[in-house]
Amino acid sequence: MPHESSRSQDAVATRVAPSVAKRSSEEEKRQRAQVFIRAIGMLPVLLLLCVAFHFLSDGRFFTGQNLGIVLQQAAVNTVLAAGMTFVILTGGIDLSVGSILAVSAMAGLTLSKLPGLAELWLPVSVLAGLAFGLVNGALIASLRLPPFIVTLGSLTAVRGVARLIGADTTVFNPSIPFAFIGNGSLTLIPGVVSIPWLSVVALLVILASWFVLRRTVLGVHIYAVGGNESAARLAGIKVWAVILFVYGVSGLLAGLGGAMQAARLYAANGLQLGQSYELDAITAVILGGTSFVGGIGSIWGTLVGALIIAVLSNGLILTGVSDVWQYVIKGLVIIGAVALDRYRLHASART
Amino acid sequence: MSEPILEMRRVSKSFFGMKALRDVDLIAYPGEVHALMGENGAGKSTLMKVLSGAYRPDPGGEIRIEGKTARIDGPLAGRAAGISIIYQELSLAPNLTVAENIYLGRETSRSGLIARTSMRESVFPMLARLGADFAPDALVGELSIGRQQLVEIARALAAKSKILIMDEPTTALSAGETERLFALIRQLRADGLAILYISHRMDEIYRLADRVTVLRDGALVGSLDRPQIKAETIIRMMVGRDVSSFYKKEHDPSAVRGRPVLSVVDIADGQRVRGCSLTVHAGEVLGLAGLVGAGRTELAHLIFGAAPITSGEIRLESRRITIASPHEALENGIAYLTEDRKAFGLFLDMSCLYNINLGVLGHDAGLGGVVDRQKARERAKDAFSSLSIRAPGPQVTAGSLSGGNQQKVLLSRLLAASPKVLILDEPTRGVDVGAKSEIYTIIDNLAKSGVAILVISSDLPEVIGICDRVLVMKAGRIAGEAAPHSASPMTQENIMKLATGMGELDAA
Repeated sequence: MPHESSRSQDAVATRVAPSVAKRSSEEEKRQRAQVFIRAIGMLPVLLLLCVAFHFLSDGRFFTGQNLGIVLQQAAVNTVLAAGMTFVILTGGIDLSVGSILAVSAMAGLTLSKLPGLAELWLPVSVLAGLAFGLVNGALIASLRLPPFIVTLGSLTAVRGVARLIGADTTVFNPSIPFAFIGNGSLTLIPGVVSIPWLSVVALLVILASWFVLRRTVLGVHIYAVGGNESAARLAGIKVWAVILFVYGVSGLLAGLGGAMQAARLYAANGLQLGQSYELDAITAVILGGTSFVGGIGSIWGTLVGALIIAVLSNGLILTGVSDVWQYVIKGLVIIGAVALDRYRLHASART
Repeated sequence: MSEPILEMRRVSKSFFGMKALRDVDLIAYPGEVHALMGENGAGKSTLMKVLSGAYRPDPGGEIRIEGKTARIDGPLAGRAAGISIIYQELSLAPNLTVAENIYLGRETSRSGLIARTSMRESVFPMLARLGADFAPDALVGELSIGRQQLVEIARALAAKSKILIMDEPTTALSAGETERLFALIRQLRADGLAILYISHRMDEIYRLADRVTVLRDGALVGSLDRPQIKAETIIRMMVGRDVSSFYKKEHDPSAVRGRPVLSVVDIADGQRVRGCSLTVHAGEVLGLAGLVGAGRTELAHLIFGAAPITSGEIRLESRRITIASPHEALENGIAYLTEDRKAFGLFLDMSCLYNINLGVLGHDAGLGGVVDRQKARERAKDAFSSLSIRAPGPQVTAGSLSGGNQQKVLLSRLLAASPKVLILDEPTRGVDVGAKSEIYTIIDNLAKSGVAILVISSDLPEVIGICDRVLVMKAGRIAGEAAPHSASPMTQENIMKLATGMGELDAA
């Protein structure tokens, strides 16, 4: 006599009736498929773009040199977007990463010109980023101000600080230590395969982010706060600490991005460096399928999102599209890709 | 009897090849309250969603309204066909006024501009008819749940609905509000509406229903007319077996005089709680009854550190403690089950695994806060078997479970931390009969193992059935106690007297 309770009780026990097992595994399969689709997300779009650009550019896309360029161009945005993923997973937003990147690069470059302290420029620029991120986090967590407003404010204020540091000029240092990070490559197979150091750093950031988000208690708490903040508080999670952490990470990674830019360019300008980088970072996160209201998303999606942006820029240049049209096409592809993603998710999530 | 207003014939609905409804027939007449019963997952809500247009039925069935075949292929079509549904979770816009909500989506306009004044004026008689004591331009978010429900009903009446579906309308209502709602339902019935009423509460069915239709596993079990309506019959139809003892109280009742675990002395929050004292003993189930708005949940929040205390003190095992946050309460061994599991309890997009383990992840974690996934899986497995949580597996999201199983997942999170004091706020709200009795057994077993339990509940038979004694709150204060072998025994009448203050009149 099959009825709801005894039937599902069987599902808990080890011996299950075939029909029950089938029904349960179907539901689990369906959810697993959904998780999988979310996780791979935009990967098909990325691959499609790569192949399309390869043909449109007469085979100039899939060359070792060009792929190296794409990876290098994606690196800084990947690092910023990783930090942004933490923030957006809690349901927040960080508009100040471009400005923090600029202030960190300026601080680092200025320090690198001081004899004796030059080697310290790298940790100092990363820590400068962390400091600004923590200020954002403290304002949001303790004063309960909306993240959009707080980071919109620091977008402007920190930009001002960046200009102050160099007295509103460009700071150069052709002999900056650790310059290899910006321009060197890690040789894996001599003469055949090498990866730009910038990309190595970005990949390490992604791996570390994955570890924190998926393997640590803090990671679970980040998803919890984004999924349901009131429930998180009642579950005993220190929500303020989680908020402080994610904005701290976002600032820290923006600082790292600043260091990467400084090492790559040997120079920084407080006014121009990192302008509107926050938009590319947010775009990468959203392309990666992370929910804007928080609680759902993955760092791998963000990586794919950042790569899509880099491939688009690179491919449009390779195919000789004019600068003006590049903007239009990029914007349309972003909207189209997210629309496609929503459609697929919707189709697989219907219950 | 007159012609049926609604005939549903052979209605089926499947999701991904799984039949949620199988050839269900339902006939309703104007001027009747037709109760729809069944365990969660039996298909009641699915059937009502098909009727209201939220779901499209599988081809083959037929829906006739006033004898004419109706094609209900969307919520708008449902409304146009004269069907209104009032969901368990109210669907009002809290930032808009009563009048704006009533006309939401059907705003009267005068050359494109919203005709605010005429809308307001037409709402007045409607509210008067419902006996509402609030103005058309009150903000809905500031009304109590009971009043918000009146707004929903007004909205249905404004849409000239002939069939009104109510999905567990009393779950969030106080006893007084429930009485008013029942009077209103009777009035609407007299006006000729057909009311399809989903509820798990047997006493409501006795009082309201003209007919009962029972569903099980998506199929029709049968219908009963008024004279045949009996609790045992309905429960047997719902679960397909006899339910011998529903409430469970096997733990030692003398725990009431045992070791005090939690004492609260004269605490207040300066607003809703105005000086309350109580003591819960080890192994005791203490009930906290009262009307909605009496301050029961607010009192629980004070004890749990979810709201700041302005005066009074809390003693745990005769040691004075201060609790500034839920985190500190949990560290002191005090756990709280929220009355609204979706808004304040569960993480619906998260797996059951993490929902269950959330409170103890930090405790179990290895070096550097790395989640001990093996341990987490074990805890989830234990919880699944000891609380008989029915889910395909611990990896599925909490949001995909039925209400009863969600409640058990949330409960197992609290139990994972082995609390000394457990505060349960409406532990069986929105939970089906089968899961209800299981939750009663869990509570009973916890009391046996020595946990001090405080149960807040608006369901009086439940309070009496599972608690050792009951404190009754009224307007932020403890109005009195009902206990067996005392001057005020644990009866519904005594509790209601204390809750409403009628007893004071008797005494005077």
